[in-house]
Formats: sequence, structure tokens, C-alpha cells
Amino acid sequence: MLQLVLFNVTNGLIIGAFYVLMALGLSLILNLSNVINFAHGNFLALGGYIAFVLTPYIGFWGALLVSPILTALFGFIIERLMIRRVYNRDPVYSLLLTFGLAFIMQDACRYIWGPNGLPMTIPDILSTPLSPDLFFITWYRIFMVAIVIAAVAGLFAFLRYTRVGIRIRAGTLDLDTVAVLGVNVGLLRSFNFAVGSLLAGLAGVLAAGQIGLNPNMGDDLLMPSFIAIIVGGVGSLTGTLLGGLLIGVAGALTTVVWPAASEAVIYVIMLVVLILRPRGLMGEEGMLT
Amino acid sequence: MSVTTTALPIRNTPARPWLTAIIVWALLLTVPIWLPMLGGYTALAGRVLVLGLAAMSFNLLLGFTGVMSFGHAAYFGLGAYGAGLTLKYLTASTPLAMLGGIALGGLAGTLFGLLIVKRRGVYFAMVTVAFGQIAFYVAYSWDSLTGGYDGLRGFSRAPIDLGFTSIDIVNNDKIFYYFLLFVFAIATALQGLLLASPFGRTLLAIRENERRARFLGIPIERHIWLSFSISCCFTALAGSLYALLNNFADPMGLHYSLSGEIVIMTVMGGMRAFWGPLVGAAVFVVVQDYISSMTVNWMSFVGLIFVLVVLFFPRGILGMLQRGSVK
Repeated sequence: MLQLVLFNVTNGLIIGAFYVLMALGLSLILNLSNVINFAHGNFLALGGYIAFVLTPYIGFWGALLVSPILTALFGFIIERLMIRRVYNRDPVYSLLLTFGLAFIMQDACRYIWGPNGLPMTIPDILSTPLSPDLFFITWYRIFMVAIVIAAVAGLFAFLRYTRVGIRIRAGTLDLDTVAVLGVNVGLLRSFNFAVGSLLAGLAGVLAAGQIGLNPNMGDDLLMPSFIAIIVGGVGSLTGTLLGGLLIGVAGALTTVVWPAASEAVIYVIMLVVLILRPRGLMGEEGMLT
Repeated sequence: MSVTTTALPIRNTPARPWLTAIIVWALLLTVPIWLPMLGGYTALAGRVLVLGLAAMSFNLLLGFTGVMSFGHAAYFGLGAYGAGLTLKYLTASTPLAMLGGIALGGLAGTLFGLLIVKRRGVYFAMVTVAFGQIAFYVAYSWDSLTGGYDGLRGFSRAPIDLGFTSIDIVNNDKIFYYFLLFVFAIATALQGLLLASPFGRTLLAIRENERRARFLGIPIERHIWLSFSISCCFTALAGSLYALLNNFADPMGLHYSLSGEIVIMTVMGGMRAFWGPLVGAAVFVVVQDYISSMTVNWMSFVGLIFVLVVLFFPRGILGMLQRGSVK
């Protein structure tokens, strides 16, 4: 029983780590640009596929480094070409735009790499389990969690200590004032979108190593990421982090007692939060609501 | 208050409101005559009516209250399941099935509306889309009741019994089309009356300037909640018609991609025009039907429609036709 619980908690933390990476990227873009990126799951898939293409040439480690950067570059270009055109319009347009983009990107992945799942090779050292007792914890899982922790820590440090990061946080609170102070807000938003895409691309590479590749690999993560943001509270990245881990672990623990409800429980958590604390766990009153 | 409303002429109708309505009804009433000549089939016209009704119901919120819901597929799908379950397990009556659909979808919308009336903008959209997925998962997982992934089958619409005669909507496509049109007419007439009523004008005031409306003493939250509930009821009605049309209800009818399609139909047709969503639905349904018969990569083309409409035709078809009369 203990092993079963441990197994599911580990699973939950790993799923939660993916939710966190996805949701932090979404949350960054939502906070600064007021755009819900429906195509975020497709940026994740794109990151995975880029890594798949690069691995034969530069190996897994190289792909892990390069693929998120290329995904970020792609995100930057998309933001420059399309998304920034709808910033000052009714929110319905940005939703529809990213929604259409999601359709196109998913279909493009299917067209280029085929509709069936593809395996991703990871280094042998990572695919061995820790010990026979803890057979379910491969080094890859440890490695994934370590990378996610490093990425999240890096993101928070970036937002706290760098000039651009501080501007992003300031822009989240009051973009007009930041613009008046002489910051190129358009570029800031593009860069911020790229950072969000970078996180999605990183999640994509990690997910590809764990579950392989398919064109809609990001779709199942999109809704839980929304819920992580709602539960954590819009406007708070710490909240998003907590929300992602919470629903990941809650879903996995529910699997122990009632497997059929593991998906449902995250929605129940969302409803409970909406009823008891509408602004979310860490959300500030009046933020984006 | 009346002084303020007369001083603020909010024009949502074209210069000749009757002209659009007459053209729309003339076309709708004669569908069985001209559609086969163009190579269409009557079931396609039924789809246009049903999705058009869903989009018009959705537009009560987006276009006429200024609130952005991105989860209306949930109420559409719940309406379909409500009708299907009524026909399958309770009684073989088409009107009762429609009532069952409205009850299920409308109730869900009314209750959920209570939780979200204080949210605005993209956050409102995000919460509605997440809630919509709850309905999707319930339908998807509750195999024994809903048929799970395969959808709910094994029911069929029943002839309408008027006592002295019975209308055969089961086997005759054309009669069923006119039945759909009859329901559509009642629903849109109610929507038109609603929008023309003081309540409807208040919704417009909220859309135009929520803060000013609040200062006038209008209970904003209650109005948005009512508007959301009414919109969900009409959408559920459309969903129940969809179940009758296909004799089938499937979980994809609850999925958020359908929510997105309802939104794009509305915007493509023109969200400021009463008949806009219907026009958008007609164009979208026909184009989608054509593209998906031509290529397996239809998703790219549908996605392209989204992007092109947003970037180049944000006012929609009717919005562009009415350019002269608005502003």
C-alpha cells in the first residue's frame, strides 16, 4: 500500500511538474498581454518534435538545450506577426486567433511527422530504474523533476533580479505606466511571449522522452494548466506553481482510491476554489477579474 | 434614467432592420426548393439552423451583453444529451425531449453562472472553458449512462402528436426541416423581443459602459447572470435540436473546440448584428462541409478561417455590409 501511494505521489509530482511548466508559460502571457494562448499545448508539441529531429545530430542533451530556444524563437515570430495585432481589441479576437493557430499547428505537426506516435530515444543512463524496490522511479523521472525545479527557479530569479524580469512584473501590474517610463512595451511583450514558449518547448522535450511524440500531446495538458492558473489565482506565478502541483498530486492520489475520478478531481478542486475563494489561492483582489 | 437612455442612441440595428429579416426569412422558408439545385442536402440546412440558433443564443452574451464565454459547447452538448436521455429512458416524445434538453443545459448554466458573474474578460472565458470540460469528462467517463466515447445512441425522434393529426418528422426530411424552422422562429422571436425589452436595453448599456451602468443603479451581476442563464437555455434548446437532427449525441458536442466554432461563427457573421451569427453559421458549416470532403487536412483550413477572420474581417460579414449605417 505504501509503495502504491508512493508510486502515485511520484506520478502526481511529475504530472504536476508538467502542469507547472505549461501553466507558468500561459500565466506569464496572460498576465502581461491579457491573452489566453490556446496554442500553448501545440508549442509544447513543437518543442518535442524539434528535439526529435535534432537528436540524431546533436544528441539528447544538445536537443534539450536547443529545442526550447527554437520554440521560443518561433513564439517570438508568431507574436510579432499575429498576436500583437489583437492586443488592443476585444479579448474575443485574441482567443479566436490562438484557437485557430492551435488548429493549424496541430495539423501541421500531423502533416509533417504523421498522425501516429513516434518514440524519442533518451540516453541509457536515464532509462534505468533507481533500484528494484523503487522500479517506478527511473533516473529520467528524477532528472525531469530536477530540470523543472531548475527552470522554475531560473524563471523566478529572472523575474526578480534582471531588469527585463522586473519590467515584466511591473507591466503585469500597470502596463501603461511602464510604457510612459520609456520601456518598449511591444518588445517586452514579444520577449515575454518567447519566455512562455520556451517553457512550453522545454516541457515538450521532457514529455517526449517520457511518453513519446504525437501531434496532440499537448492537448491533455492545456485544460489542467488553465485550472492550475484558476486555482492558484490569476496574476500570481507562485499561485500557478502551487496550483499545478496541487492538482497533479490530488489527481494521482485519487487514482489510488478511485481511478475513474482522477481526471474529475481537478475539476472538483476548481469548483471548490471558485466557490470558497473566487480569486484563487494566491490571487490578488481585483486582478484581471 | 430614461433621459439618459434617450440621450444615448445605441444603434445596433441596420438602417432598414426589416430588410435583413425579410431576406433571411425568404431564404430560410424556401430552402427545400433552392438548396438541391445548388447541390446541397436538407440535413445540411438543418445543421445551419441548429448551429445558427446556438450562435445567436451565444451572441446574446457576447454581442449584446459584452461578456465573453468560451464554453458554450457545454450547454449545447448538455441539451443534446438531455434530449437523447429523455427519448431513450423516459418517454418517446419529441417536445418533452426538447424540454429535457433545455432543463439539463439551462440548469447547469444557471448554477454555474452564479459562480462566475464577477469575472470579466479573458478570465471569464478561461473559467467558462474549464467548466465546459467538466461536462465533457462526465459524458466521456459515465459509460453506462451516456455511451462514453462512442456517444449516446439508440434513440430516435418521435412524430409530433397534435391529437387530431400527427406530423411525421421522422422519415420526411423536408417536414423535419420545417419543424426545425418553426422552433428556430419561436426562439429567435423570443430573443428579438428580449433584446427590445427594457431588460435587453439594459444589457446593451452594460456592454457599452459597465461602470456607468453600475452608477445608474443597475444590478450588473444579476443582469449578467440572467443573460448567461437565458443564453444557456437557448443554446441547450439548439443542442436538443441537434440530437433530434442526428438521433445521436456525442461527447465532441461538448468539447471546447465546438465552443470555439460557435464563437467564430458569431464573429464571422457579425456579432453586432442580430442575424450575424446565423449568416456566420451558414458560411462556416458549408465551408467546413466542403473542405472536409476535399482534404484530410481540413483542420488547417478551419484554423486559417479563424486567423483570417480575426486579422482581416473582425467586423464580420453583416458588420461590413452595415458599415455605412453604424457610426
